[in-house]
Amino acid sequence: MSGATEEQDPKPGEILAPETLRAAIKKAETDFEAVSDLDALAAAKPAHLGDHSPLLLARREIGALPKKEKAEAGKLVNEARQAIQAAFDARRAVLQAERDEHVLREEAVDVTLPWDRVPRGARHPITTISERIADVFIAMGYEIAEGPELEAEWFNFDALNFGKDHPARQLQDTFYVGEPDSGMVLRTHTSPVQARTLLHRDLPVYVVCPGRTYRTDELDSTHTPVFNQVEGLAVDKGITMAHLKGTLDAFARAIFGENSKTRLRPHFFPFTEPSAEVDVWFEQKKGGAGWVEWGGCGMVNPNVLRACGVDPEVYSGFAFGMGIERTLQFRNGIPDMRDMVEGDIRFTLPFGTEA
Amino acid sequence: MRVPVSWLTEHLGLTEAIEPQELADAFIRIGIEVDDLRPLAQVTGPLVIGRVVEIEELTEFKKPIRYCQVEVGEDAAAEETAHPDHADHVDGDENPSGLRTRGIVCGATNFVEGDLVVVALPGAVLPGGFEIAARKTYGHVSDGMICSARELGLGEEHNGIMVLPSATASPGDDAHEVLGLDDTVIEVTPTPDRGYALSIRGLARELSNALDLPFGDPASIELPEAEGDAWPVHIEDTEGCPRFVLRRVTGLDAGAPTPWWMRRRLMLAGIRSISLAVDVTNYVMLELGHPLHAFATKAIQGDLVVRKAKPGEKLTTLDDAVRVLDPDDVVIADDSGVISLAGTMGGATTEINLETTDVLLEGAHWNPASISRTARRHKLFSEAAKRFERFTDPQLCAVAVEMAARLLRQYGEGAIRPGRTDEGGVEPLPPVTMPIGLPDKVAGVSYERGVTVRRLNQIGCTVKIGTGDDGKGFVTAFPPSWRGDLVQPADLVEEVLRLEGLDKIPSTLPAAPAGRGLSESQRRRRTVSRALAEAGYVEVLPFPFVSDATWDAFGLAEDDVRRHTVKVFNPLESEKDRLATTLLPGLLDTLQRNVSRGFKDIALFHIGQVFLPGAKPLPVPDLGVDQRPTDEELALLEASVPPQPVHVAAVLSGQRQRAGWWGEGEPASWADAVEAARTIAAAAGVELTVQASDLLPWHPGRCAQLRVGDWPIGHAGELHPKVIEALGLPKRTVAMELDLDAIPLLDSRPAPRISTYPPVLLDVALVVDAGVPSAELGTTIERAGGELLEGIELFDVFSGEQVGEGKKSLAYKLRFRAPDRTLTVDEAIAAKDAAVASAAERFGATLRA
Repeated sequence: MSGATEEQDPKPGEILAPETLRAAIKKAETDFEAVSDLDALAAAKPAHLGDHSPLLLARREIGALPKKEKAEAGKLVNEARQAIQAAFDARRAVLQAERDEHVLREEAVDVTLPWDRVPRGARHPITTISERIADVFIAMGYEIAEGPELEAEWFNFDALNFGKDHPARQLQDTFYVGEPDSGMVLRTHTSPVQARTLLHRDLPVYVVCPGRTYRTDELDSTHTPVFNQVEGLAVDKGITMAHLKGTLDAFARAIFGENSKTRLRPHFFPFTEPSAEVDVWFEQKKGGAGWVEWGGCGMVNPNVLRACGVDPEVYSGFAFGMGIERTLQFRNGIPDMRDMVEGDIRFTLPFGTEA
Repeated sequence: MRVPVSWLTEHLGLTEAIEPQELADAFIRIGIEVDDLRPLAQVTGPLVIGRVVEIEELTEFKKPIRYCQVEVGEDAAAEETAHPDHADHVDGDENPSGLRTRGIVCGATNFVEGDLVVVALPGAVLPGGFEIAARKTYGHVSDGMICSARELGLGEEHNGIMVLPSATASPGDDAHEVLGLDDTVIEVTPTPDRGYALSIRGLARELSNALDLPFGDPASIELPEAEGDAWPVHIEDTEGCPRFVLRRVTGLDAGAPTPWWMRRRLMLAGIRSISLAVDVTNYVMLELGHPLHAFATKAIQGDLVVRKAKPGEKLTTLDDAVRVLDPDDVVIADDSGVISLAGTMGGATTEINLETTDVLLEGAHWNPASISRTARRHKLFSEAAKRFERFTDPQLCAVAVEMAARLLRQYGEGAIRPGRTDEGGVEPLPPVTMPIGLPDKVAGVSYERGVTVRRLNQIGCTVKIGTGDDGKGFVTAFPPSWRGDLVQPADLVEEVLRLEGLDKIPSTLPAAPAGRGLSESQRRRRTVSRALAEAGYVEVLPFPFVSDATWDAFGLAEDDVRRHTVKVFNPLESEKDRLATTLLPGLLDTLQRNVSRGFKDIALFHIGQVFLPGAKPLPVPDLGVDQRPTDEELALLEASVPPQPVHVAAVLSGQRQRAGWWGEGEPASWADAVEAARTIAAAAGVELTVQASDLLPWHPGRCAQLRVGDWPIGHAGELHPKVIEALGLPKRTVAMELDLDAIPLLDSRPAPRISTYPPVLLDVALVVDAGVPSAELGTTIERAGGELLEGIELFDVFSGEQVGEGKKSLAYKLRFRAPDRTLTVDEAIAAKDAAVASAAERFGATLRA
């Protein structure tokens, strides 16, 4: 490094001489040009633009000049400083471009390397579709009702207008606990929640109940002894079957897409009269759009309302129930029901953490 | 129920042919499920009636083979020119009748010379694309095939070829026509409330309603006046048997064949032809829906009695099973004891056989519930029981018996005896009254005037219209005798709605009041589920069935509360008959399944109800359904249902952080199990505290009890090595389970005040006995640090020579801050000293040198 120092104590005239300034500019340009990276450039900077650089020293000398020369000298020094700064900036721009071009490229890594350090988790699609269904009804003003899986026979059958000798109560359909006359069963549907809801909530009632239910079916590709249902119940003044149809249509559209709709076929259930089976129009059906059996529904049987203390002369209601596994099976094209219950992580993981 | 369309439409006033598909659509529209619609006509080419003229038994083969000469209506001269090269035809020339016969090889033996059979001639194609050609087999040219019912697609019978009653047709007749192959079989499943629809009569009536066609009731036959009883009968159990009718037919030709038309109908309905008498009772059952029973009169000893079975009584039924009767079974008995299980199955001693010439026909009305119980008890789900338990038309008893008797007279040369027994009687069904506008009100539709009355008339009701005191119109429907299911206005409403078509019902939404959204606990369950999934856990939904052996593998003591559960009476797997009191058995099962399928690093969770009946289940009260139970009754009932709180549990094995190109992995440890609980606590917005615990199935030194406040909510840690061994789990499997319902729900979460003044950061390392729980030391420091201590973080745990035998050093970063000013270092040091002093006092902690 070269340049004037205080020790040499040159005369102000010399320091401020245009030749000196030009030399300083020249020197800075040469030095900046000589460095090969940004660090070296930063190291070279103080000698030309720092507190002890010739220009700064020159500026200090301006104060000692006669008044009339001050302006001219100041102008020259500033111009010199700007020139050096420009040389610095230009060189820095070049070096930065070089760094971007080469150095960062050398630092490159293989970003496709796997980073599954903490294995992923996932929620079961039965859970997420149940929540989705719940949300559809919450948006319509419904609330979510819940009840126990081990249930009194009275709630599961009696209150729902199943006669004492009704075939559904048979051991081949229903899991009994203790002895067959214990009066306690694993609920065969989510409908006992209807009875509990009507007995405890104030009218009108608009609820859905997703939950786990049990029937004595052997596990195979289309059956499982433990499965989930969603039950809907609306009891209000003036509820009609048209309301039921409208609600089912809205439900179908939310789950199967805007073009979906439902069809009712007359059927029989003890707890509804009239009763119907619900088919849903499913556009992605295997082999082309068509009707798929979806669930059961109907107008709440007056006997059920009476057993729950609701006056059927004043109130009416509708109820419906769908199997969630079944819904998921045809909606998502799941070939085997067992995949849904066995808990193989390969089945659940692709569904992700969907909310 | 399976029926041919030709039979179904016999009683409909059809003016033009109707496509079977139209019938199926009509059934579906009005609520009768159609399972199958199968056209018969699958035979093409020459199919003719043949007469077996001669049978030659070929004995040189392993099984019986016959070479038959069959006359198929061809005259010899014509055939000679048509097939001059068929050597076998010389046989035909020898036939004295002058008619040509065909030689056909046949493997069946159920026919004799002179029988009428069905022959598929060369060129015919049978169902399944089976082409018939003249071919050499068993040493002869077989010039066609004699067919069985199954080969013709008529039924399942394949015990031999089909033999038609003589005079049904003549050799050479087109068998397509004789067999009625241009027909369709429809299979329907009426709902269990519609017993009447398990008959041609009921189904045809439904079709006539659905298609607005005239209907001719096959049951409307004149009953002749009878003279006296057919047989003496006493009904002791009038509740089980309200009506009992008998008619006697004598002089029956026991060998008389069942006419072909009847056999065909039975065959297409899937019922095997047995004998004329049996076939006739089955035929009448299908036609009218009323099952009948035929006794061999000569086998009856003395008067008949209809009564309940006595304890210990036995009956050998028609299926040769010896059945021990229940005192709830209704039976028919004579002097010898029980001879028939009422409405379900007859007894062997009075069974009619191929020698029976004297038959007593029984048509009775049975109590549906009683038949249902008997059928279930004896697992005898006969066609008769199926109909009786769904309610039969009590007015049909005598009609059905009469129809059967007439058929026996017509086809069996029998004589109907003048007597008829008709004991008991059934009251007409009570009328049902409803506001005339109720169907409209329920459907949300304005039906045309008169629709309600018209539809109720159609189903057979007598209808009266009136005006009530309030000026509103009402209808009173007197249900027809076969409609025991019409008991309340809603039943009438359903009839109107389904016959008008549910597709007429518009789609509108009810105006539900504004809801409150998810409850706090529902929202929390979702948050917890999502938090665990995001923390790397996979949700699974195992069944709650546990084997008692699992508790042994868990090492649970005999009196452990988790063994207190209920047993499933009829489990699918006899071993797994307990309901789970904890989610861990199901989760560990699932973990194991994944391991066995080749996975190592597994983290699973499950949120579900557990069953906690406690040591002594409460009695379950039996409540009525005529009105709302009282609050007291309801409370007792609800209390009898065991508590079933929602638990959440997680299990991990293998590596929590995998090894990889980035370096070493981190095996799943007890700390991850506790961390899972912390994740849940954070999702629930509560602070979790832990303390050392010792509870199986966990490792006694690596088990944490989880608490919220002073309330224990669960456990987490590594499983006990002996449990891991007993269950065959991966080593060091860890688990966590807590009672989600036990975590208090927060109404609101307080927002902290945020101080913007600068903090003072101080480190402190304390040496304590190795057994001091770090959580407690931390809590002590936190409390003694006072309000100025904003945060505390344990950043190092060290034990070694430097700190002395049996000691450990815990190093904390403490962050002090004042809410209202810049804190001085001196103030912070004073607070730190207070914390250290408290730790010294409580745990003998010393500052590490």
